[in-house]
Amino acid sequence: MSQATSAERAVDRSHMQVSDEIAIQISGMNKWYGTFHVLRDINMTVQRGERIVICGPSGSGKSTLIRCINRLEEHQAGQIVVDGTELTSDLKNIDKVRSEVGMVFQHFNLFPHLTILENLTLAPIWVRKTPKKDAEEVAMHYLHKVKIPEQALKYPGQLSGGQQQRVAIARSLCMKPRIMLFDEPTSALDPEMIKEVLDTMIELAEEGMTMLCVTHEMGFAQAVANRVIFMDQGQIVEQNEPKEFFNNPKSERTKLFLSQILGH
Amino acid sequence: MSDTHSQTVSYVRDTMLAEKTPPVSQVGAVRWVRENLFSGPLNSILTIVGILAVWFLVGHIGPWFLNAVWHAGSLSECREILQGATGACFGVIKDRWHQLLFGFYPQDAYWRPTLTFVLLIVAVAPVLFDRVPRKMFWFSILYPALAFWLLWGGTIWFPVVAMLGFVIAVVIFRVLTPISSLLGLIASLVVPVMWWLFLTAPLADSLSQALPIGIASIKSDQFGGFMISIIIGVTGIALSLPIGILLALGRKSDLLLVKWICVGFIEFIRGVPLITLLFTASLLLNYFLPPGSNFDIVLRVVIMVTLFAAAYMAEVIRGGLAALPRGQYEAADALGLDYWKAQRLIIMPQALKISIPGIVNTFIGLFKDTTLVVFIGILDPIGLSNAIRADSNWNGIYWELFGFIALMFFIFCFSMSRYSMYLENKLKTDHR
Repeated sequence: MSQATSAERAVDRSHMQVSDEIAIQISGMNKWYGTFHVLRDINMTVQRGERIVICGPSGSGKSTLIRCINRLEEHQAGQIVVDGTELTSDLKNIDKVRSEVGMVFQHFNLFPHLTILENLTLAPIWVRKTPKKDAEEVAMHYLHKVKIPEQALKYPGQLSGGQQQRVAIARSLCMKPRIMLFDEPTSALDPEMIKEVLDTMIELAEEGMTMLCVTHEMGFAQAVANRVIFMDQGQIVEQNEPKEFFNNPKSERTKLFLSQILGH
Repeated sequence: MSDTHSQTVSYVRDTMLAEKTPPVSQVGAVRWVRENLFSGPLNSILTIVGILAVWFLVGHIGPWFLNAVWHAGSLSECREILQGATGACFGVIKDRWHQLLFGFYPQDAYWRPTLTFVLLIVAVAPVLFDRVPRKMFWFSILYPALAFWLLWGGTIWFPVVAMLGFVIAVVIFRVLTPISSLLGLIASLVVPVMWWLFLTAPLADSLSQALPIGIASIKSDQFGGFMISIIIGVTGIALSLPIGILLALGRKSDLLLVKWICVGFIEFIRGVPLITLLFTASLLLNYFLPPGSNFDIVLRVVIMVTLFAAAYMAEVIRGGLAALPRGQYEAADALGLDYWKAQRLIIMPQALKISIPGIVNTFIGLFKDTTLVVFIGILDPIGLSNAIRADSNWNGIYWELFGFIALMFFIFCFSMSRYSMYLENKLKTDHR
């Protein structure tokens, strides 16, 4: 009996050790919009450093899922733990998670009344209380990284879509996030601008950033993802390594989806 | 075959053509007149009708201005000088301009409202123009108390103690907000109100007895003219914007009680005419105040006008908030900004920018509505024009007084409108 408990403890401890490595833990999570059941019993663990691509037909709940991770959407049942902080209605926890998790949106959502530099320094100055000068240095560093330092003093409206999205990525990075969420970052872009944004994202992946990316860019998934998750009707239908996922899909739904997006 | 081909395709110019003058119909005045005045039969007719209308107006108003009499002590004197010709009698403006500006404020104290007005410009400058040094904001913050003291006079301790109420509010907010933001907000609203209601008067009294510093006290029934319009208008403008912002945010709040209070307030105020609120201020409000308290009529009117404008302002700003894409809120949230920071740094700058035309519209409306106070016996410019006519010297003079009043109002309103255009241009960052 005492041995059993000690064994359990050992398991528990090892679990805790693993959970040190766990960036996001979602268990039994459900979400409804009114009576519409958008997310159904989502269970998912993201290790630190993992790059996950989430795909699926429109309305499958994939955007809602990643928006739940920084509480842009509220879940009604189950548990979401990000970096050891559980997301509840406690505002302090939410703000803590949000300042650790970067998010890039489909429509960039840059602040049009601020210059690029001000867009980048705003959160570090007001949330992290970084001195303005340091924040600007960090901002310029990331602008160099996304290869548009010369645009620092312009306004978002003066930039192309691809440049705006790279600014948006840099803006998230300025908060030194440990996890990055991408919500269809290339869907609103002209084809010739998709590459510049994907290149930025690939660079980020190579540096070991934990990334969750909702996208239909299957090339990107094959190049950097170590897991692809396929969602349909609010559920995780299939997940696998990219190679297996694309070459050997198990579920009929996945096969249909892949044939539709890779067919042409 | 190839020869023909090379002849048609290859070509070399050996002499360059000199520049020629365009045909007469395409240059200068002729072109402008053709394009703008006589571009078609209908436009030609309209142009001619327009010219005739302007001719008619100038023909009638011109002599009135040109024959104007500036040196006359009464209307009959004007008529003698004019001898039957049409002409304005601006003698009344020369004779009574000080009343139109200051009402029955004591003449030897005219420097006080004048200084207040000059300081108003100084205080407003850092708010309006960002090239003015930021440190000037401190003066803008202290200005209301200073203006109150200069206009009403009396002991200096009353405005000082009243301003302390704001300091108390800020301190309470700073101390309590980290503990609970709602508690901080409520306490920082309630405690200063208590301070003003129960402590300010006795404290100011005892301070002024201990250390009497002050200037002659002037009762507000001596206030009048444009001075009163500007006092009510400027205070209303300065206060209705922040209150309007809070009401607009409250109306969108998730806290049901806050939302209901704001909606109820806005809908009630918008649902009643301003004149009824002014009558309430002048007649009914005294019943609700503690007996014996004498709450200045001008302050009561200012409060009513402010609340009235704030309700409209709230709706104008709500329009601006509605025009903002949801993505802006989400981006602010995703960066970890809390509600107030997001509002202050992201949402309000954009919502207010969108609402500038509506906001200025409300400001101008408020400023012109100040003339309604004539109905509760405050001598604004309109009320003074009646008072001036009551003098037998100027009995029967209308156009000159109303023209002068209209001109003054126009100067103020037109400046506001110009400033709003300047501001819109300055804040334009969308580069469409």
